[in-house]
Amino acid sequence: MSEYILEVQKITKDFPGVRALHNVDFKVRKGEIHCLCGENGAGKSTLVGVISGVYPKGDYEGKVLVHGKETHYKSIRDSEKDGLTVIHQELALSPYLSIYENLFLGHKKPRFGVFNWDELRKESLPYLKRVGLLENPKTIVSKMGVGKQQLVEIARALSKKAELLILDEPTSSLNDDESEKLLDLILELKKEGLTCIMISHKLDEVLKIGDSITVLRDGESIISYDTREEKVTKAMIIKGMVGRDMKHMYPEKTPKIGEKVFEVKNWNVYHPEYHSLKVVDNASFFLKKGEILAFCGPMGAGRTELMMSIFGKSYGSLSEGEIYVKGEKISFSSPRDAIRKGLGYVSEDRKELGLILIQDVKTNITNSSLNQLSHLGVLDSYKEIRAAEEYRKSLNIKTPSINQLVQNLSGGNQQKVVLSRCLLASPEIFVVDEPTRGIDVGAKYEIYTILNELASQGKSIIMVSSELPEAIGMADRIYVMNEGRVKGVLEQKEATQEKIMHMALI
Amino acid sequence: MIDTKKENQNESIFQVAKANTRKYSMFIMLALIFIVFSILTGGVNFSSRNITNIFIQNSYILILAVGMVLIIIIGNIDLSVGSLCAFTGAISAMLYNTGMGLVLTLILTVIAGLLIGVYQGFWVAYAHIPAFIVTLAGMLLFRGLTYIITNVSPISLADDKFKQITSGSITMESLEIGGIHVLALLVGAIIIVLYILFSLRIRRNKRKNAFDLLPIPFFILKISMVTLLIALLSWKFADYRGIPTVVVVLGVVVAIFVFITNKTVIGRYIYAVGGNAKSAKLSGIDSERVIFIVHVIMGGLSGLAGLVFTGYMNSALPQAGNLFELDAIAACFIGGASASGGIGTIIGAITGGLVMGVINNGMSLMNIGADWQYVVKALVLLFAVLYDIYTRRKAGLGI
Repeated sequence: MSEYILEVQKITKDFPGVRALHNVDFKVRKGEIHCLCGENGAGKSTLVGVISGVYPKGDYEGKVLVHGKETHYKSIRDSEKDGLTVIHQELALSPYLSIYENLFLGHKKPRFGVFNWDELRKESLPYLKRVGLLENPKTIVSKMGVGKQQLVEIARALSKKAELLILDEPTSSLNDDESEKLLDLILELKKEGLTCIMISHKLDEVLKIGDSITVLRDGESIISYDTREEKVTKAMIIKGMVGRDMKHMYPEKTPKIGEKVFEVKNWNVYHPEYHSLKVVDNASFFLKKGEILAFCGPMGAGRTELMMSIFGKSYGSLSEGEIYVKGEKISFSSPRDAIRKGLGYVSEDRKELGLILIQDVKTNITNSSLNQLSHLGVLDSYKEIRAAEEYRKSLNIKTPSINQLVQNLSGGNQQKVVLSRCLLASPEIFVVDEPTRGIDVGAKYEIYTILNELASQGKSIIMVSSELPEAIGMADRIYVMNEGRVKGVLEQKEATQEKIMHMALI
Repeated sequence: MIDTKKENQNESIFQVAKANTRKYSMFIMLALIFIVFSILTGGVNFSSRNITNIFIQNSYILILAVGMVLIIIIGNIDLSVGSLCAFTGAISAMLYNTGMGLVLTLILTVIAGLLIGVYQGFWVAYAHIPAFIVTLAGMLLFRGLTYIITNVSPISLADDKFKQITSGSITMESLEIGGIHVLALLVGAIIIVLYILFSLRIRRNKRKNAFDLLPIPFFILKISMVTLLIALLSWKFADYRGIPTVVVVLGVVVAIFVFITNKTVIGRYIYAVGGNAKSAKLSGIDSERVIFIVHVIMGGLSGLAGLVFTGYMNSALPQAGNLFELDAIAACFIGGASASGGIGTIIGAITGGLVMGVINNGMSLMNIGADWQYVVKALVLLFAVLYDIYTRRKAGLGI
């Protein structure tokens, strides 16, 4: 048997009009944690698809060897028989079933067509214990947090007797504490002999747990490092990912801050289903012209809820409080009203709330501004195309044409489409909710540059961010929230990660 | 990512052909079905009389399909249109029998349909009751109301003028030469000239703005196919009784809604709401109002279809419109609409409706009964949608 559990040799995979992978080589040793890094659109997910049989043999060129033998997978089922299990970014649990039902669903063979659920419940316990999940196995999974759901997925993989676990951005929707626990668990499982491939954007994590690191860029495997043989730094990985040195994570800026343009006083938001539950409690803040504000705080602090409820009552059963624009008291009755009055909002969930995936780039960009691109309700298609082209160029959206469907773009480019849509409606106050979530370092830098440029043009920006370095690197002032309340505000000069956490938690 | 198009220029013309085959596959299917039945019936279905009949027999379904495709694009379904046709059909007969004339009857019937649309649209859009349930209730409600206002017996029409709107023709006796209705030929020629001029103007504008153009051979092919089709239809109409009135009605409806869906803000909003309602709302689109408007439009078109069907039967029947909703829905799906919303076209729905109409007509000409017609239509629906989903996935267009 070979020392490699997985070998990928000269894989090339084409999609209509686009080459996703080009001559990719990639090897994973038995019992190691191998991290896969690369910008969005670098081909990581496609590579996982090729390895796990999402794309059947013949759909790509090149060879995949598992345990030294070439594979001929026709579907994911075949790869699972060889002990490969993929845990996707979007979890694949059935939300209204319990933990133990999810654990065995789909791969456990029933005896005579009937499950003995009591027995299975007992059988689930050791797996749950191994991943450190202490919940009652009868708990319905949708009632647990994402972190625990992730553990169910891992337990499920263990119950399938997985030998090679592929985790696609496992920590992208977890908070710091949950991420920490998950990484510890992965290290623990490694000691028990499990091999892991982890895709991650978070370089701290990669350096913490990775034994080897492979970097993909533009569909090609650029370089592989072995952290046991050499000291690998973030800069080395970033250089591989973007093909250039990234000296500054955050672009330089010279803020020109003017008078107060936007103020929210005593804002309360109630939960959409439990009407007595306050999600935002008496929040007040203000924003100056040309300023970038950041809103920090742990998951569930109420930041998104605060912003969405201000943006035309898009969240909650009831919201109350006062909004002032340039000293004048104002209210936003709907998102439409808010946009008309100069507010722009980029959602944290770009696929569900930001984009219309089945439409093309052009339509997505112009959807908020059709009134200014039309005359008496009839569209001026030339004006529309010109507007979309202008934003494609100025925001550097990588797409073959503006007629490409946005679902075929990478995360970073999708985010730029959402930004374009909001910018085309020319807002004065621009709320961006987790603008760089799940996108790669290069695109992040581009988005930071765009935000700085807007601020220098005199627009005011509110950025909700869960990444503290990002908030500190970008914002002029930082509001810290927790449990629905604004706990305090820090100037950029005085802000440190420790201070922010201290303010949030005490 | 690497653009393979740039790597291989030869492939690009092939790709254009491939992309366009997908786009036009419905028309190809319709043509093939028509040709197959021509062979099976020994050319009878190609006769001037039969071509006119196909349009008259399917006119009300095609009108309904225009509204239904909008409903399906916003991700809803409307089960009530059959009952609505019966109800508005009865209203139209009653109005006409008061002696108010056809034009006023037409206007008032369409208004009645619009009002029913307002009623249903309110529940769907503002009370957030699923359209399936609202229109299921509407299906029962308006069938019941039809029985009540007609006393469950047919209403016959005061005179024969009413049925002209469906089975009548537009012609000028002074232009009738040797049994040929020259007016139809003239109208056909005018439409062809306008169409070619219009296409050339758009192309010139596009070139001036340096936008993507269809390669010349495809452009000429497209223009000649459309020209051929219009010429053929006008020849067939001229050869029989002139342009059927209902074709004019249908043509106006189709033209209006093709324009609305392609060129107007509200049309764009309809696609946006269907593509992702939440995202559309956060983009500043008033989703509720869009949904409301689409249901009102469906009501108005149901009113028109009810009137046309009354004209076709030359009386208002209490059981009229039975299963029309399913024919209209099937037409949309055969025509490439997506059941999850956001995708569909007016022309597609019309083509889908004609596919079913041609099959019905051809099988009737072959003396095959309704039993087998159902079976064949079911298979066509299934395979048309299967083909659509399959090619969509292959082309990377999602489902």
